[in-house]
Amino acid sequence: MKTMFGDFNRWTQLFRPKKQQETYYAASHWRLMIRKLMKHKLAKASLIVIGLMYFIALFGNFIAPQGLDKYDSVYLNSKPTLIRFVDTDGKFHFRPFVYGMKSDRDPVTLRKLFVVDTTVKYPVKFFVKGEEYKLLGLIPSTTHLFGVEEPGRLFLFGTDGMGRDLFSRIVLGSQVSLTIPLVGVGISFILGLVIGGISGYFGGMIDSVIQRLIEIIRSFPTLPLWMALSAAIPPRVPIVQMFLYITIIMAFIEWTGLARVVRSKFISLRNEDYVMAAKISGVKDSKIILVHLIPGFLSYLVVTMTLAIPSMIIGETAMSFLGLGIRSPAASWGVLLQEAQQIENVALYPWKLIPLGFVVVTVLAFNFLGDGLRDAADPYK
Amino acid sequence: MLSYIVRRILLMIPVVLFISMIVFFIIQLPPGDFISTYAAKMTTGGEIMDEAAMQLMREAYGLDQPWYFQYMKWMWGIVTEGDFGYSLAFNRPVGDIIGQYMALTLIVSLVSMLFTYVFSIPTGIYSAVKQYSFGDYLITAIGFLGMATPNFLMAIILMYLSYVYVGDPMLGMFSPEFVDQAWSYARFIDFLKHMIIPVIVIGTASTCDLIRVMRGQMLEEMEKPYMLTARAKGLSEAKIIMKYPVRAAMNPIVSTLGWSLTSIFTGSTITAIVLNLPTQGPVMYNALLSQDMYLAGTWLLFMAVCIVLGTLISDILLVWLDPRIRMQRKGM
Repeated sequence: MKTMFGDFNRWTQLFRPKKQQETYYAASHWRLMIRKLMKHKLAKASLIVIGLMYFIALFGNFIAPQGLDKYDSVYLNSKPTLIRFVDTDGKFHFRPFVYGMKSDRDPVTLRKLFVVDTTVKYPVKFFVKGEEYKLLGLIPSTTHLFGVEEPGRLFLFGTDGMGRDLFSRIVLGSQVSLTIPLVGVGISFILGLVIGGISGYFGGMIDSVIQRLIEIIRSFPTLPLWMALSAAIPPRVPIVQMFLYITIIMAFIEWTGLARVVRSKFISLRNEDYVMAAKISGVKDSKIILVHLIPGFLSYLVVTMTLAIPSMIIGETAMSFLGLGIRSPAASWGVLLQEAQQIENVALYPWKLIPLGFVVVTVLAFNFLGDGLRDAADPYK
Repeated sequence: MLSYIVRRILLMIPVVLFISMIVFFIIQLPPGDFISTYAAKMTTGGEIMDEAAMQLMREAYGLDQPWYFQYMKWMWGIVTEGDFGYSLAFNRPVGDIIGQYMALTLIVSLVSMLFTYVFSIPTGIYSAVKQYSFGDYLITAIGFLGMATPNFLMAIILMYLSYVYVGDPMLGMFSPEFVDQAWSYARFIDFLKHMIIPVIVIGTASTCDLIRVMRGQMLEEMEKPYMLTARAKGLSEAKIIMKYPVRAAMNPIVSTLGWSLTSIFTGSTITAIVLNLPTQGPVMYNALLSQDMYLAGTWLLFMAVCIVLGTLISDILLVWLDPRIRMQRKGM
């Protein structure tokens, strides 16, 4: 018994390291990349944050307690509601609750403000009925993740100058703010791959023309150009169309960076022996590009794309902030920050800067993920 | 060297022409023109312009012709007389308006750029030499945050802080009492005070970016064998760092000089709108909104030309800085 068991143990010990090595050499490039990325702690955390953000955006209508345009003219500029577990008597409640609010005036400045009314309590409930919406744009539903019963109010991040719940608007605004960079990068990916590929693969005259064109496009100051282009969007277009226009404007400059990466990789790869071998055996150009060249540098492209997303998020926010990007009735984080343009708003109602936190966290997460991917793109190092 | 510079300058001409064409095309893209915007404004003011009056105005300003014709006229005026057209909103020649705002715009941009380079290069070197030290982590953390915060929001936050702690949000270029005065020492000091926020706001994003580039380059260069040679010769560490890797690491920074102008122009446009600075930002913004096409077009063209010039300067600097590039050119 003992000998058998011991023998078995020794056998596994003998073979385990070798087996691991074999999988390392047999693993595909992508598997190695993912493995290395997962070792990068910051990138891993960023991946979780980004995943969470997109999850919230996807189920936004369900998570947001109110609709995008639901306003409450009584609660203008109301400060965030605290969710409590312990009441004023020091008693602990298992179910979280909020106190009611009543409006009052500041004794000195006579400014309208809200004070907590500790006489009424509204327990926070889950899966409450509220405004009707379509989950994922398909399934009609009235159930929201959480909320309080009428006439109680739950403003997690306070309200804006029109009495709209800021939390709901951030959640619903993330749908726009987080998809524009993805679609924009998608468009610039296709443009960059095709144009950069042509430039790098064929070289010569076409190459220098395309390179000059890229230099010219890049020599425009980004924001003024975006401003000029978005001034060209007619004022009353449907939301979907406006969204598309903004995305195309964003992608218009971004593709040049991708095209440069594609071109330089094409140039370094096209002289490899295996490409020469394919050419000699009479493989078509298109097949060489698709089968032999693109897989060789796709990982670098993914890195460039990830690092292009933050600048798109900031660009969209800046344009919407100036009133040149997404316009109401649609909302993005930049639109929500418009109220922060007036310094009085920031000074008196600092919670109006909360959308800024979301912008910063998302941009940081994409930057860290891009850094991690860059380290992982060459997993053989 | 001289022939190289001349060749580069000649090559710039078609590029600038092409840019001006794109600019003009983009500017006239919005539906309607200045006259229709103007008429709409008049209507809200209670006055009604009829079709005939609008047509008359269009003819007077040459807006009834196709865009390429207008473009040719505009270009011809610039080339032959240095006339950039007529600003319809300001009712003054574009050249005048630009002259009024240009000096301040250039000052803000140049000071921001100076700040960027003076601050980022030493910081990048420090961060690389003392890699993984507390200072390095601190710089990296601040750098990431600076890159992630949109600069216009930083402007708001700084304005708020200055309002709370100094009692003045530092809007505009001068305090109210200095606006109409002649230049004096006190006015200059006031001007410097008002420059602090714009320069920090405009410069931070590119500073953070440059620190990262400088750090990465330095780390790469410091592993090269010439470092070992220099150490073996017994040079002091400070001399080694300053004489070899710093020089080599400067290359990518110098070569992107033209593009860093882009980010400075972008930053200054939006920051000026938020901080209400009398620079080109707000003027450009209003010109675009009211479709004052010659003014907006000249601004865009001017910025693009500045950036093309910046690229040229960076190329010349690169040749001067890096003997390898110089030798390669001589060999050709």
